[in-house]
Amino acid sequence: MGGHLAFGTFSYDAAHLLGGGVLVLSFVLLYQRRLTAVINTYALQAVVLSAAAAWQAWVQDAPHLYLTAGITLAAKGIAIPLGMHRIVRQLQVNRSLESALGIFPSMAIGVGLVTLSILVVLPVTPQAQTLTREELALALSVVLMGLLMMITRRTAMTQVLGFMSLENGLILAAVSVAGMPLVVELSVAVLVLLAFAVFGVFFFRIRDRFDSLHLDNLDRVGGMHR
Amino acid sequence: MIGELLTPAGLVAVVPLLAAIALGFVRSQAIGAWINIAAAAVAFGLACALPWHLGAAPLLLVDRLATHLAILTSFVGLTSAWFSRRYIQIEADAGRMLPLGVRQYHVLFQAFLGFMLLALLSNNLGVTWVAMEAATIAAVLVVGLPRTDQAVEASWKMFVLCGVGIALALFGTIVLYLAALPAMGSGWAAMSWSELAPKAAGFKAPLLNLAFVFLLVGYGTKAALAPLHAWMPDAHAEGPTPVSAVLSGSILNVALAVLLRVRGLMAGNAEALSPGLPMMGLGLLSLLLAAFSLWPRRDVKRFFAFSSVEQSGIAAFAFGIGGPAAMFAGMLHLTLHTLTKAAIFHCVGRASQMKGGQKFLHITGLIGSHRALGLTLAAGMVAVSGLPPFGLFSSEFLIVLATIRQVPWLAIPLGLGLVVSAWALMRRLITLCLGAPTSSPGPAPEVLDLLPAWLHLALVLVLGLAMPGFVLSWFRALAGGL
Repeated sequence: MGGHLAFGTFSYDAAHLLGGGVLVLSFVLLYQRRLTAVINTYALQAVVLSAAAAWQAWVQDAPHLYLTAGITLAAKGIAIPLGMHRIVRQLQVNRSLESALGIFPSMAIGVGLVTLSILVVLPVTPQAQTLTREELALALSVVLMGLLMMITRRTAMTQVLGFMSLENGLILAAVSVAGMPLVVELSVAVLVLLAFAVFGVFFFRIRDRFDSLHLDNLDRVGGMHR
Repeated sequence: MIGELLTPAGLVAVVPLLAAIALGFVRSQAIGAWINIAAAAVAFGLACALPWHLGAAPLLLVDRLATHLAILTSFVGLTSAWFSRRYIQIEADAGRMLPLGVRQYHVLFQAFLGFMLLALLSNNLGVTWVAMEAATIAAVLVVGLPRTDQAVEASWKMFVLCGVGIALALFGTIVLYLAALPAMGSGWAAMSWSELAPKAAGFKAPLLNLAFVFLLVGYGTKAALAPLHAWMPDAHAEGPTPVSAVLSGSILNVALAVLLRVRGLMAGNAEALSPGLPMMGLGLLSLLLAAFSLWPRRDVKRFFAFSSVEQSGIAAFAFGIGGPAAMFAGMLHLTLHTLTKAAIFHCVGRASQMKGGQKFLHITGLIGSHRALGLTLAAGMVAVSGLPPFGLFSSEFLIVLATIRQVPWLAIPLGLGLVVSAWALMRRLITLCLGAPTSSPGPAPEVLDLLPAWLHLALVLVLGLAMPGFVLSWFRALAGGL
């Protein structure tokens, strides 16, 4: 591996481009207005992530990462988005989404989170390979942006999408760390979690029970003094 | 490596998982309940053999910590399986659970137990994480089983919070691997607990710190440490009670065990952050927050869930202090709390079935309506408040002593939390157990139903008053090895 990864070489730039692409799509997820658009953006993010994993497989000469790339593409890029579109049609929840924050504040916080993760990761990894440390910063940014999306978007479907985007950040981190064992197994385990999340929305029929997929309706049965 | 699963240590986790699969095909409720008990009994029997099989293999790590918690978890699993036979039968007879729900319940109970045991005994960070994730999913599903609005809300909340928690824990795991790379080289060894521990001095300290933060927040969610404890009261209040008994003690223990292992790595690295202060901080925050949250509660199970948050906080605080004395006290506290809280939930479950509700309004004067149940619950509440003669008095006393010796100024908030929570428990003890009894439309528990609770409380009593010599030396060796 090492030899390919010097600064300014093509393999380095391509890895950066793909990792950066995943992060940019996290920003896009923050400001989409319609649920179907959010799902499509998520699918695109998964496709870029799968390309990033495949590129790492080639650069690191680690064939098992092709498997991770394939799983990501098939499940997160195709199967889960198709399933979610189906749920949207069946539950008829495709309407304009509001965000707890406006677009500008959430973008500003997003930029702040990226800065934060760069400030956290780069100083603590002085001797790590350049590629690994910057990919780790990108991955941490994607994770934090996923959390931000879960906080600002208050419907169950968008929370699930935020969670799934967060998991994309984890897979990006896992494939970027050279020689990490169990990456394939971990990505399968993560996938089980995602499938469960999507399944959960449908299975619990949150719409049936609470009229909409809006989490404020969940709070109706909650309350402080129970 | 697969062969390891057929050793006693492997079978401890494999037996419940196989039982879970088998239970999926059992239609009869009665037979399912007995298989549930039998599988838990086999797991407990195998776990009891583990002290004679200590050792590390690529997949499984049988050290004192894992052995101790595996025995404890499988014991609570066994008694709760016994308890749940009658409890679930009553729920099914009352129409609150459908036959399919009962079957799902048995499958999920064993799956939950098996994955927790696997997480405890695994020697690999990745496998630990996967087992933890699977146990979480099983727990989420079982909490949602009653299919009421509240149960669905509770399980969704649990899923979202715990999902985020374990996602952060995975990030921490990846960073920990990266920190270990220079000392271990790439490959399987850099993810193995037993290989990592002796070489922790060579890890990259800044990365280790970063990993610690993520692991503490991530697994801290599962240990119900504040501020990410919010899933716990809902899950307890809405899920089936036998699961609360297992959930309350065991999943907290599994998460705290992982944190203890990470703490060991941090302590082995001279340049790394001292792990004590963050653990003490989160522990104290959980203790104080839970102590004051006990007061306004109206739901009995929610009340005791907050009490579990409090006890988990006390244990994390003790582990944060560090040193053999505090570690000894912390492990003792964890063990005794698990036993006591399971006994309390067994009583509360049957009491709410008997009284037809789980609010404090519904349950008063329990001693008057069912003497044995009321007295058992009272004994459990005295024990969990940390009053003598029960063992939690000794462990809390030892923790306070260690605090005064090592971080004297923290003894004040610690004492405040302990007193406020014990006060709240005593206040509720009076309304629950004494006074004029409310009507009891539901079925009353029999001697056999209360047997597990008595067994638990007897153990707590013996461990507090007169700990046998071999148990004492076991705890000493356990605390010394952390």
